[in-house]
Amino acid sequence: MKRTSLGASLASCLGAVLLLVSPVRAEDKLKVGFVYVGPVADYGYSFQHDLSRKALAAAMPDKVETTYLENVPEADSERAIEKLARSGMGLIFTTSFGFMEPTLKVAKKFPKVKFEHATGYKRAPNVSTYSARFYEGRYVCGKIAAKLSKTGTVGYIASFPIPEVVSGINAFMLGAQSVNPNLKVKIVWVNTWFDPGKEAEAAKALLAQGADILAQHTDSAAPLQEAEKQGKFAFGQSSDQYRFAPKAQLTSIVDDWNGYVIAETKAVLDGSWTSHDTWGGIKDGMVVLAPFTNMPDDVKAMAEATVKDIASGKVQPFAGPVTKQDGTLAVKAGETAPDPMILGMNWYVKGIDDKLPQ
Amino acid sequence: MSPDVIAMVAATVLAAATPLIIAGLGELVAERAGVLNLGVEGMMVCGAAVGFAAAVESGSTLVGALAGIGAGVALAAAFGLLTVGLAANQVASGLALTILGLGLSGLAGARYVGLKRDPAPHLAIPGLTDLPVVGPLVFGQDGFVYAGLALAMGVSWFLWRTRTGLVLRAIGDDPAATHSLGLPVRAARFLAVLFGGACAGLAGAYLSLAYTPFWAPAMTAGRGWIALALVVFASWRPGRVVAGAVLFGGATVLQLHAQALGIGLPGQVLSAVPYLATILALILLSLARRQGGSLAPAALGRDFTPHR
Repeated sequence: MKRTSLGASLASCLGAVLLLVSPVRAEDKLKVGFVYVGPVADYGYSFQHDLSRKALAAAMPDKVETTYLENVPEADSERAIEKLARSGMGLIFTTSFGFMEPTLKVAKKFPKVKFEHATGYKRAPNVSTYSARFYEGRYVCGKIAAKLSKTGTVGYIASFPIPEVVSGINAFMLGAQSVNPNLKVKIVWVNTWFDPGKEAEAAKALLAQGADILAQHTDSAAPLQEAEKQGKFAFGQSSDQYRFAPKAQLTSIVDDWNGYVIAETKAVLDGSWTSHDTWGGIKDGMVVLAPFTNMPDDVKAMAEATVKDIASGKVQPFAGPVTKQDGTLAVKAGETAPDPMILGMNWYVKGIDDKLPQ
Repeated sequence: MSPDVIAMVAATVLAAATPLIIAGLGELVAERAGVLNLGVEGMMVCGAAVGFAAAVESGSTLVGALAGIGAGVALAAAFGLLTVGLAANQVASGLALTILGLGLSGLAGARYVGLKRDPAPHLAIPGLTDLPVVGPLVFGQDGFVYAGLALAMGVSWFLWRTRTGLVLRAIGDDPAATHSLGLPVRAARFLAVLFGGACAGLAGAYLSLAYTPFWAPAMTAGRGWIALALVVFASWRPGRVVAGAVLFGGATVLQLHAQALGIGLPGQVLSAVPYLATILALILLSLARRQGGSLAPAALGRDFTPHR
């Protein structure tokens, strides 16, 4: 603030001279702001988003200037987003589902600022949305689990019964069934995104019931650590969590926003930015699988081939026939599930031994 | 369920109850002295961060636990100065303490996110620990669990079997009367607050050193608030804090096991069980003491300034 007012007063005194002297002023740079729901040090969702901010700053150091706000509670996010918009940002990434309405409200007040909202579905002329097809990674995990499980039972720690989580469970199951149709998936709902203690208890419960591989749709590394302690295996979430469990992590579904963030920023810089929705997957590099570790070479080769096939479109996780738990056909043979069906998924595929509350 | 699984479940129930027992007992002593400290969550999360940082730097779990206690005491001292020394509003100060603690812990722990260390060692007595079911439960826990149970007995003995404990309870009921008897009301309250902070810090250190041995911001996930509620649930009695913590921890762990077993009920229904059990227990308790009136310390939450 002080620097700007000093600059302003200087400019008013020596305006003409200054304009001639200064070659590139700070205002020429595009200011890009990021709003995170968690701490950047969470080694998970917000951490991955901050990696993309750093990648952007490194890719165009002379064209952009980045700022971030971390730990922004969803209920209080409007103030934070407006603060960024007011401070001269040209592009603002709001990275949590709960920021949707606040982002739209602020966007209305600042029509010249461009907004990018992650995982939401409401857009405006200056608000784009983007998300990743995490379920593609879960399909690969399902295949690996089916190959490696000796007990034939896999544990799945789930957070909340929303379509993103349910479609993840289904994709995991379909991947597993493509290898071993009899694989059992035991699901424990912990009803939280982040509670290391509870996640560890859920992991213990699943391992005690004969699961020898754990998958999770919660954010802490506690289940991985529990698997490591008991000599079992697990999949990481959001970020590469190998450091927590070098003997247990098979792979991790990593969110990679770098390419998207840089491309959108470039579009703003050259004036080609328009409001649109992006739902990228493995093909777009938005979903990346961490190095395949702790598995034999043939399983690793299968996993790598699956990733390649999903990228090329040869394999579709929700390719028909897909049968619902109650026996009805959801996707006919030869067809694939349309995006709206995946985005609104509130049913299990056949073979899952759990009840979904309606 | 096989005996092994039963033993494992029983041991995890006790492990899940331990942070609630330790933090709850600390808050109980503070509230018995008449000070309501809503900052348990903040002190706990600071204890977790500082405890983990100290344990990583020193390589010793004991040093980590002591550092966690220290962090809790330091925050409690700030709260004590405000509420006991300056007679500031206890509710507002306590809430501020929670927010401060969550922020400070993120700062103190920032460099330690993503590090891991071995969990606190578990007791292993040859012969005894190997006994079926009771072995791992009674002789195979880590130091924090035994500390928590010893603390419960110690607090109970202190409050009802010592003169100082009697004075403390009297202060919580009527600070003016105890003051006129020449007893040090504000010093006792301050010490009780510090004890509460020490316990909350230790409970936090248990989380990051033994329960899930790593540090992550906000890893207490609301356990401080549950500890606070437990004190009310326990009608300010240490034994009931232990019982309530085991009940709540047990219901939480058991519903996860019930889901893993696949008993055919949606997980969301089972998740409500701990809370339903708590409400049921509260109803039963209040029915049992219909004629008794409130069991809360009479001067709970009220500040005291001696007239000079």
